[in-house]
Amino acid sequence: MWARALRVRFPVPLDRGRGFASKAGPQGKVQEVRQGTHSPRLASQGAGRVPAAKIEHLERLALVNFGSREAVARLEKAIAFADQLHALDTDGVEPLESLLEDRCVYLRSDNVAEGNCTEELLRNSHHVVEEYFVPLPGNVSLPDMVNKTPSPTAE
Amino acid sequence: MEGELSGVLNRRCVEAAVMTGLALNCHINKKSLFDRKHYFYSDLPAGYQITQQRLPIAANGHLTYSVYMGKKRSQMTTKTVRIKQIQLEQDSGKSLHDDLRSQTLIDLNRAGVGLLEVVLEPDLCCGEEAAIAVRELQMILQALGTSQANMAEGQLRVDANVSVHHPGEPLGVRTEVKNLNSLRFLAKAIDYEIQRQITELENGGEILNETRSFDYKLGCTVSMRDKEGKQDYRFMPEPNLPPLVLYDATSLPADADSQQVVNIDQLRDMLPELPSATRERLVQQYGILPEHSFTLLNEVGLLEFFQSVIKETRAEPKRVINWVLNTLLYYLKQQNLAVSESPVTPAALAELLDLLDSKAISSSAAKQVFEELWKGEGKTAAQIVTEQQLELMQDREALEQLCQAAIDGHPQVVMDVKNRNPKAINKLIGLVRRTSLSRADPTLIKEILERKLSL
Repeated sequence: MWARALRVRFPVPLDRGRGFASKAGPQGKVQEVRQGTHSPRLASQGAGRVPAAKIEHLERLALVNFGSREAVARLEKAIAFADQLHALDTDGVEPLESLLEDRCVYLRSDNVAEGNCTEELLRNSHHVVEEYFVPLPGNVSLPDMVNKTPSPTAE
Repeated sequence: MEGELSGVLNRRCVEAAVMTGLALNCHINKKSLFDRKHYFYSDLPAGYQITQQRLPIAANGHLTYSVYMGKKRSQMTTKTVRIKQIQLEQDSGKSLHDDLRSQTLIDLNRAGVGLLEVVLEPDLCCGEEAAIAVRELQMILQALGTSQANMAEGQLRVDANVSVHHPGEPLGVRTEVKNLNSLRFLAKAIDYEIQRQITELENGGEILNETRSFDYKLGCTVSMRDKEGKQDYRFMPEPNLPPLVLYDATSLPADADSQQVVNIDQLRDMLPELPSATRERLVQQYGILPEHSFTLLNEVGLLEFFQSVIKETRAEPKRVINWVLNTLLYYLKQQNLAVSESPVTPAALAELLDLLDSKAISSSAAKQVFEELWKGEGKTAAQIVTEQQLELMQDREALEQLCQAAIDGHPQVVMDVKNRNPKAINKLIGLVRRTSLSRADPTLIKEILERKLSL
């Protein structure tokens, strides 16, 4: 019963004083994280620094640009803040993966209900060739990377 | 607010997935989940693909197929490849490379359309086996109506994961081979890749876990490896799709809205005859061999052709199958024609077989008629027989005279026959056939000769 109550209330932000991680947040002191839970640890080293290689990897994956040391520091603080989750004993509690978990996906019938809006859709793009969209050359264009030929997913 | 967040799934996709899972002997998961697979490519506008990575709709099945071994490919062995899982996912758009202007063209028409991915375990050992297994899968999907499974049109897409290892050792590093749009190239690419990996390893090299593309013109696989290294798809649960829940006869809710409920047991009852059952039935129904049955199904349109001929001819199924497989199919293969392109129609073949059956012509004459029919000049079998005077001699007496003439004209051969030389009688029969212009039944000739020579 306690575990169930925990699950329901968890989405509430920790800095509201409920649950056990009180008075914690990016600005305030961070409560020490208890080791030994079985949840996966987020990548960090030593005093919570994220290695440069990992920053670059994240930038490529998410197409964000951390740009400055401050931005990376903010990321590290955010990770440390989230790490407080490990303070909770979640043994025997199934993870909440979706707020929709008690429902079933709605099945629609196999009827065409919309379409025939080719012109309207093609107008969304600056560059169109014979009803094809033309994307920017190269797969992903980042300022510090050389354009490369489009590549479908590697494993 | 709640309802608006929730995505929607096409019911037909779910039914197709369940039926495919059942046909492949899978366990159907009554609850399956959706996930997001993130990567950037111009044909994926959302930047992620919805798939079922954690808990797919079906898992742990198997696909059985037959392999023909031996020199004459007459020994049939049954093999099985395990199905790891079947998952529902979204298709991406289609990209075309315009090499002329060095640009990529994107067609988003199929983006978001439902796909079924069937994941096989690494139980296949070579290109040929893979092609046979995929062919069987193709026929199953076509029988179910799940897909027309035409590889050339991208209705069935196959990626091959290939690795090599010494017997007894664990599986080696695998490469993924893409861009395979026919069964023939599938087999070729796999065999090439197996050999490439073996050669590489024997030369002390290593195999990289990479994606390779099959180059048709060169007949080899080419690395597509991105310098970025391994992709990180950052799988996460799809927030907009609740779990997919399926029911069976026991779990069906009483007040169920039939539109919202997919009943596994009901779908199982609706499964059509699958290729393996069809092949069995043909063997029983027509008294043909399993190999014949296999070929009838394997060649597109051949079964329909065969059944049309059967319907229109008096000849026995055994004779029909012989002509369809050994003559018609042979001619088609020689000229690389599909059954639908055959210049000889089922009706024409049926007429020919009737003439043969009624002993109006000999089988060698029939072959000649077929050759003529193949030219596709619109003549019927009967017309050709008349034109080329191929009718069997109906005049018994005339035939007896020809036999006598052969006996009289070849005393040495007659001597050999009387000396029990087994080949001699055939020589004599051959002589009579020549003089009769192949218009006599060899069995009858033999009978007459043997009587005359008091054998």
